[in-house]
Parts: sequence; C-alpha cells; structure tokens
Amino acid sequence: MQWASLSDFWAMGGYGLYVWGSYLVTFAAIVLEIILLRHGHKDTLRRLRRMRRWEEQ
Amino acid sequence: MLRFTLTVIRRDLLLAARRRGDWITSQFFFVMVVSMFPLGIGADPNILRMIGPGVVWVAALLASLLSLSRLFADDHRDGSLEQMLLSPEPTVLLTLGKALAHWLIYGIPLLIITPVLGIQFALPGEAILILVVSLLIGTPILSLLGSVGAALTLGLRGGGVLLTLLILPLYVPALIFGASAVDATLAGTGAEAHLSLLAAFLVMCLLISPWVAAAALRVSVE
Amino acid sequence: MAFNLYYYAAPATFYGLAGRLIPWFAWGSAVLAAIGLYIGFFVAPTDFQQGEAYRVIFIHVPAAWMGMFIYLVMAFWSAIGLAFKTRLSFMMARALAPTGAMFTFISLWTGALWGKPMWGTWWVWDARLTSTLILLFLYIGILALWAAIDDRNRGDKAGALLTLIGAVNVPIIYFSVQWWNTLHQGASIKPSGTSMDEIMLAGMLIMAAAAWFYAIAAALTRVRTIILERERHTDWVKRILEQ
Repeated sequence: MQWASLSDFWAMGGYGLYVWGSYLVTFAAIVLEIILLRHGHKDTLRRLRRMRRWEEQ
Repeated sequence: MLRFTLTVIRRDLLLAARRRGDWITSQFFFVMVVSMFPLGIGADPNILRMIGPGVVWVAALLASLLSLSRLFADDHRDGSLEQMLLSPEPTVLLTLGKALAHWLIYGIPLLIITPVLGIQFALPGEAILILVVSLLIGTPILSLLGSVGAALTLGLRGGGVLLTLLILPLYVPALIFGASAVDATLAGTGAEAHLSLLAAFLVMCLLISPWVAAAALRVSVE
Repeated sequence: MAFNLYYYAAPATFYGLAGRLIPWFAWGSAVLAAIGLYIGFFVAPTDFQQGEAYRVIFIHVPAAWMGMFIYLVMAFWSAIGLAFKTRLSFMMARALAPTGAMFTFISLWTGALWGKPMWGTWWVWDARLTSTLILLFLYIGILALWAAIDDRNRGDKAGALLTLIGAVNVPIIYFSVQWWNTLHQGASIKPSGTSMDEIMLAGMLIMAAAAWFYAIAAALTRVRTIILERERHTDWVKRILEQ
C-alpha cells in the first residue's frame, strides 16, 4: 500500500486530474451504456406489448 | 465478357457528354476547394509548397465523393439499373465498368487541372509531375472504393453525406501514399517507393472492390 | 458442441440461453474489475519512470484491445452471416458495434489523458493513435449506415459488407499510417519501462478480462432486444409478452 492518506490517493502523485479523468469518463461511458441497454430492452418489451394489445382489439 | 464492361463504359460516357452540367460542377468544385486554402492560410510560398500536395489530394477525395453519390442513382431512378442487373452478364462487370467510367469522366480531368493548381502552390516542375502521376494511379482507387459506397448507400436519405462517412476512412492509404510521394520528391528522397505502394493498393482495390460493389448493389436493389 | 449448434443458433433458444448467461458475465465482469482495480491502485507499485500516471494503463490498454478485437469479431459474424445466411450472425454484428465504438472512444480518451503528463501533449499523430482514430471512424460509418437503412435485411447485409471491406482495409491503413509517421518523423509513443512489473501486467490482464466479460454481457443484452424486435410475430415472443 503506497497511499499514506485519502488525499494522497486522490492526488495520484500530482497526476490526479489525468488518472481520475480517465477513470471517470470510462465509468460514465459504461454506466451510460448499461442504462441505455436496460432502458432499450424494457422499452422494446413495453412497445411490443402495446402493439400486441392494439392488434388484438 | 469484357464487351459488357465496355458497353457500360461507353453508355456512361455518352450520358456524361449529354449532361455536361454535372461534370463541370465537380471539376469546378475541385478547383475552388484547392484555391480556398491559400486564402485561409496565407500566401507564403514555403508553407504553400508544404501543404500543396495534401490539399490537392484531399480536394480530389472530396470531389470524387461528390460525384460518386450519383454513380448508380440515375440508372436506379429510370429503371435501367434493374434491367442491367437482370441481364445474364455478371454484376461484377457492371460495377467494374461503372467505376472505370467514373474514373474516365471525373478522374482524368482532375489530372489535367492539377498542374495549374500545382503552380498556385509554388510547387517545382518535378513535384507537379509526381503529383499528377500519383493522382493518375490514385484516382482509380477513389472510383473503385467509392463505387462500393455508392452501391451501399443507393437510394438512402442523406446518401451523399453518408457516403462520405463510409468511404473517407477507406481512402486513407491512397491519400497517404499519394501525398507522401510528392513530399518525398520535394525532400529529394525519390517517390518510387510511395508510388509502388500506391500501385499495389490500386491492384488490390481492382481485384476486390468490383465484387463487393456488385454484392452491395444486389443487396440494395433487392 | 457441433451437434447442438443449430439448436442454439435458433433465435428462440438463443434468447433464453443469452438471458441465462448475461448475469454470469455481468457479475463476472464486476468481480474481475474490482480485483483488477484493487491490484491497479493498491498492490501495483509506483512506476519509477511515470509515477502514478501510468495507472491509466489499466483501462487504456484493455479498452484499446477490445476496440480492435470487437471489430474483428464483427467481421467474423458478418462473414458467417453472408456465407451461411444465418440470421443470428447479423444480429450479433449489430449488437457488438456500439460497444466496440465505445471502447475505441475510451482508448482514445484515456490515451490523450495519459499522453498529456507523459509526453506533454494531448494528441500526437502517432501511428497507433491515428489508426485507432480511423477505427473509430469505421465504427461510426457502419453505425450510420445501419441507422440510415430501414429495411432490416438490406441493413444486415450492407453493414456486413462494409464491415468486411473495412476489415480488409484496417491492416493497410495501419501500415500506411506507420509509413506516413516514419516519413514525417512524428513522435512515436512506446510504452516506457522496457519490462513491465509482473503485478502491473497481472492487473492489466485482469482488467482486460473484465472488459471482455462486460462486452459479452452488453452484446448479449443488445442481441436479446434485437431478437425480440425481429421475432415479434412468432408464438414464443407472444408468450414472453404475455408474462
């Protein structure tokens, strides 16, 4: 373990902006994709159900 | 067999001779795009000489894309494309003929205009010669790869911009080998290696693109 | 496997199979990422040349690998689809593309953030960076083509053809960019530190495995949505909708 304190950890030896900038954007991109995937699947199910109900009437 | 290809080429040349407006627009586009660069960058001959080959090459890519979006579209609209696809001749001969006709109509005139543009960019005579040679080898590549894009985007909305998105990345090797041939001449290291790589890329495109374009055309018209 | 390949290649069975596999890959990815990040931040020592900035490597290299690898897998599915007319192959290619583009983007982004402190610039026209950028352009072209084509069958095949001609072109593009790079004596980025510390390598490989699992989970989720959409008139989808 090379971090003396939490602020030491955030500072990343002076490279905090670059390291956390990389990880933050990667994390955001993946979270966004997961949300879109889930939303897309649920949305499709809902839409197909609605279409089906409409067809049956 | 090749008779069919020749017929396709002759037909396109005749049509182009009749619709001269389209043809001239594309050539003027090329000249104007190239001429904008000195206005945007400044008239220092050293800088112009440095960017000249690349600018002419990029303008040639854009000019070819501009005319390629209509490569199959006119024939598709009047139904003659379907007739040609129904003929017993292999589709690959059609796409080959189409690409070659495009090169004759839109590529060759660029070669004739280029020396004038080279003078605008303060290029020495030898470099202009190599620039023309690189375009001579390179413009058929643009027509061949472009015919794939034109077949894929046939009849789609926003086809022109879409064609640019699809095909521009594939043009990268031609652009690099072509423009660097001229750079090498300017630097005095000789252009042979670059030109042979460009020629190798041309052979590869000649062997592959007509087949892919034929498959794409069949998918699009189906 | 061969005896039941056709069984699983049928969209109806694949839908169920994918649904059962997704949690495994998703949780596997999460666990691997947790281990990889723990190694990356708490076990791996400070690099003697790059200081702490090298820790970007744990996402940068896996993302760059996945960006390229997913394109190859797409090309594989495209070829299979065109050769054997299997519906599922085209759906797999479509399901992979957005994730591949995302990883390519991440590799460019993290590359820029790594390059700034190390080489003093966000971007250099280095052979590897430039060809990654062009790879991203290829992904964008394919996605744009799919978006523009409404007809499903035409979109499948057109996208597959474009993917394949891109795949043939990628090595040539890489070579040409390298050629151009040596000619213009641009900066060439090489991972500094000739031998990588073993624990760093381990962290990176675990992160790569996490990215791999994640890509599989994402692609399977997307392919399930595509299957539902396409098979909406079949009885088995109707049964699922009634649940």
